[in-house]
Amino acid sequence: MCVCVCVFEDCPFRFENCKKQHGVDDNKKSSVILVAVVLCPQSCPLRRDREQVGVAAVLRTRICTSRPETTSVLRRDAAMRGSKRCRRDRPVCMTNCPTLIVMVGLPARGKTYISKKLTRYLNWIGVPTKEFNVGQYRRECLKIYKNFEFFRPDNEEGLKIRRQCALSALNDVRQYLCMEGGQVAVFDATNTTRERRDTITRFAEQNGFKVFFVESVCEDPDVIAENIVQVKLGSPDYIDCNTEEAVADFMKRIKCYENSYQPLDEGLDRELSYIKIMDVGRRYLVNRVLDHIQSRIVYYLMNIHITPRSIYLCRHGESDLNVRGRIGGDSGLTSRGKEYAKSLGHFIQEQNIKDLKVWTSQMKRTIQTAEALAVPYEQWKALNEIDAGVCEEMMYEEIQEHFPLEFALRDQDKYRYRYPKGESYEDLVQRLEPVIMELERQENVLVICHQAVMRCLLAYFLDKSAEELPYLKCPLHTVLKLTPVAYGCKVESIFLNVEAVNTHRDKPENVDISRPTEEALLTVPAHQ
Amino acid sequence: RTKLSPTNLLLTASVPQFTNSPTVIVMVGLPARGKTYISKKLARYLNWIGVNTAVFNLGQYRREAVQTYKNYEFFRPDNEEAMKIRRNCASNALTDIGAYFTKEQGQVAVFDATNTTRERRGLILSFAKEKGYKVFFVESVCDDPDIIEQNIMQVKLSSPDYENCDKEEALEDFLKRIECYKMTYVPLDEEKDRHLSYIKIFNVGSRYLVNRVQDHIQSRIVYYLMNIHVTPRSIYLSRHGESDLNLLGRIGGDSGLSTRGQMYASALAAFVQSQSIRDLKVWTSHMKRTIQTAEALGVPYEQWKALNEIDAGMCEEMTYEEIQGHHPEEFALRDQDKYRYRYPKGESYEDMVHRLEPVIMELERQENVLVICHQAVMRCLLAYFLDKSADELPYLRCPLHTVLKLTPVAYGCKVESIFLNVQAVNTHREKPPNVDINRKTEDALQTVPEHV
Repeated sequence: MCVCVCVFEDCPFRFENCKKQHGVDDNKKSSVILVAVVLCPQSCPLRRDREQVGVAAVLRTRICTSRPETTSVLRRDAAMRGSKRCRRDRPVCMTNCPTLIVMVGLPARGKTYISKKLTRYLNWIGVPTKEFNVGQYRRECLKIYKNFEFFRPDNEEGLKIRRQCALSALNDVRQYLCMEGGQVAVFDATNTTRERRDTITRFAEQNGFKVFFVESVCEDPDVIAENIVQVKLGSPDYIDCNTEEAVADFMKRIKCYENSYQPLDEGLDRELSYIKIMDVGRRYLVNRVLDHIQSRIVYYLMNIHITPRSIYLCRHGESDLNVRGRIGGDSGLTSRGKEYAKSLGHFIQEQNIKDLKVWTSQMKRTIQTAEALAVPYEQWKALNEIDAGVCEEMMYEEIQEHFPLEFALRDQDKYRYRYPKGESYEDLVQRLEPVIMELERQENVLVICHQAVMRCLLAYFLDKSAEELPYLKCPLHTVLKLTPVAYGCKVESIFLNVEAVNTHRDKPENVDISRPTEEALLTVPAHQ
Repeated sequence: RTKLSPTNLLLTASVPQFTNSPTVIVMVGLPARGKTYISKKLARYLNWIGVNTAVFNLGQYRREAVQTYKNYEFFRPDNEEAMKIRRNCASNALTDIGAYFTKEQGQVAVFDATNTTRERRGLILSFAKEKGYKVFFVESVCDDPDIIEQNIMQVKLSSPDYENCDKEEALEDFLKRIECYKMTYVPLDEEKDRHLSYIKIFNVGSRYLVNRVQDHIQSRIVYYLMNIHVTPRSIYLSRHGESDLNLLGRIGGDSGLSTRGQMYASALAAFVQSQSIRDLKVWTSHMKRTIQTAEALGVPYEQWKALNEIDAGMCEEMTYEEIQGHHPEEFALRDQDKYRYRYPKGESYEDMVHRLEPVIMELERQENVLVICHQAVMRCLLAYFLDKSADELPYLRCPLHTVLKLTPVAYGCKVESIFLNVQAVNTHREKPPNVDINRKTEDALQTVPEHV
């Protein structure tokens, strides 16, 4: 039947016997791989990926094996190209189409806050997403902002420019979704008139995009004032104004929109897919959720809040395996690690945090660290360290000795590389998603976790790319205090003054599979 | 017993706590709006993910109080005598809910009744406030006459109330019953009830209004309710074809199909063809044996890592005899609590339910799906659809080469078991009578199925 000699671990047609039969040895691997690709049966789902690349790149794709759950569910829709799904009373939609999220609402209702946060979340779970803020386009077009008069509904010139900007932004949206591999685009503008929304809906239909509206409705003057202070005063529009002038002008700007504002209507807009967020999340109206991604977006939006709080991230105290330069495992704390746990206890006390929740993984070293705090804590299996599979409890030197090819492949693409019988960072992100969702719901939380886990969580909060994520610095005995502010997150790094071994290994210069040992081990931190 | 460090069993939870105070979910809506359907489905889901939930159906209480149902006149709003009885039933149900929380470690109670008046809802709110319970309302609003008639046909006509009536009579009486409620129905109001926590479901899910979600469990409930649908469909569950390790009586691993396993894959392809299923989605795990099985179908399929077989950790690829030989104590502990027992460096069934939750959520969103998975995984999925307890789950029979076709019907799931006529080894090990850690080897291995 199959004579495949694929060295790809996940190839369903791989047979160990074939390898032995053909006398494969490591040096000849590259040519064997080329042969293997050609011999792989047509029906092998991974074959197409492999065939389209050259030999050198073939080794790279090997590590981009199966996709994490969430994206594979979303990409499944992409894979069913051309199939239509008809449901009674629902519009026919292609299951492979990109999604255009359209923000709706008066100024200072949190549209940009939601756009940026949603974009950050979707990118983190692996859905390529980009936001398009029409205000930016306007600023580029109209170098200097004079005052609110630009936004008056009777300002013909102003209207022309604004319409141009919107169309320009939509053009870029089309470019991103059709030609740059984007999956979701967030169109961040007021979109307060039915006419404007119809234009966008037509545009989406022409291009085969699904549309999902996110409307933010808020009448609480305190919330609006807070918004203005937090993000409008610092806007480039008000760079040369004092606070009073800026606030007065902005309020007049809002007035310009109010008269022509047509909120999404339960009757007139009942065929549209949307979520109306009222009073910063107190109430939601959800209409016609069409697919998985819209369902996830709704779930996410219903779990976020803006109550001030801080998230504390730290690793367990130094462990026995840390000190010996070994990765993974389930060892206990060293005496320095225990000292850190005590310091952490004092630090928490001093911070006087309201209703602090403490979370750990189910591994000894985080539990022992939490124990010293003498407060209740919850154990999450999802917070366990990345599973290094066959490399568990090895030193980097040993990995280089026994699996030099694996070691190099990991350096080539640390985010997607999966340890044999273990996990990748990409897998980690997928299993940490419920933790992120719960962190969004909570207020003050201290998460005691592990190096790779902490990198993933940090990347979510600080919007770090898949390339940067595996190299984020998360040293032992250091607490990172994250406080949401304006559109992002403030980070304070607090070293608790207990020495610990360094466990951070930077990407070495030479990542070639045939590199000499010294170059592979160049960046390994010192250990016993 | 569990893998927690000894010092903190009292202080910590080994599973994240979803809620601290008990929650009463209060259904609201006219008759035949799907309240009982939602109550039962929600309870099934919550119990499966480990939140102790029970449904309290007021109709049951009424049937116990008034042995025979005459006709709709009982529900007339001016029927003083009946009103008294119905009010009593409600109080009894609330008392039972209290007992469920305090004496039976219940975490969520679903109060399944019409609760259509502000007065009745006020009664429940005071009760809950007094005891410190959270309240979350789920209102189902529907004005589509087709859906309502469908409901009545599916579940009302076979109700004990209409045992001795013919269809026409029953339908007519039930419609009059609905009219009785309509007169006094006060739906949840956006303004007046803005301090309450609730979700209003319109027309079987085309629209939702969600107000003041208080905590994690309410957020999960809302997410779940927004993902379920009532479009008719079937879910096909099957294991991979017989594998090489199956034949050797070894657990876990990542082996390929045996000859008979390959035959099964072909038989499965023929079966799927014969069923003429509309828009069938096919899902597998990341393991060779499920992928090879799906390959034979010749249709696109999706691989889910979450569908991988339970990780047996240190016992991977061992036979039961070897496990007994090397880890007799672990083997006994597993028999004592197969649901919660975690293989050293591996997983437990409890862990698996956790990781399968997104699969279940997506299964709820989908229509026709064929899931090709593994023994322990299939037991977890089956337990969800058939509402099996944590004790029954690890012993559900999921033999090789047999497809289970699940079709939602009325309040539950119809199961059809289809053996595809290709012989396979038996991999089902019953719980032995002796689970003591000091038991003899023969006692431990008593129920091990035969293998090469």
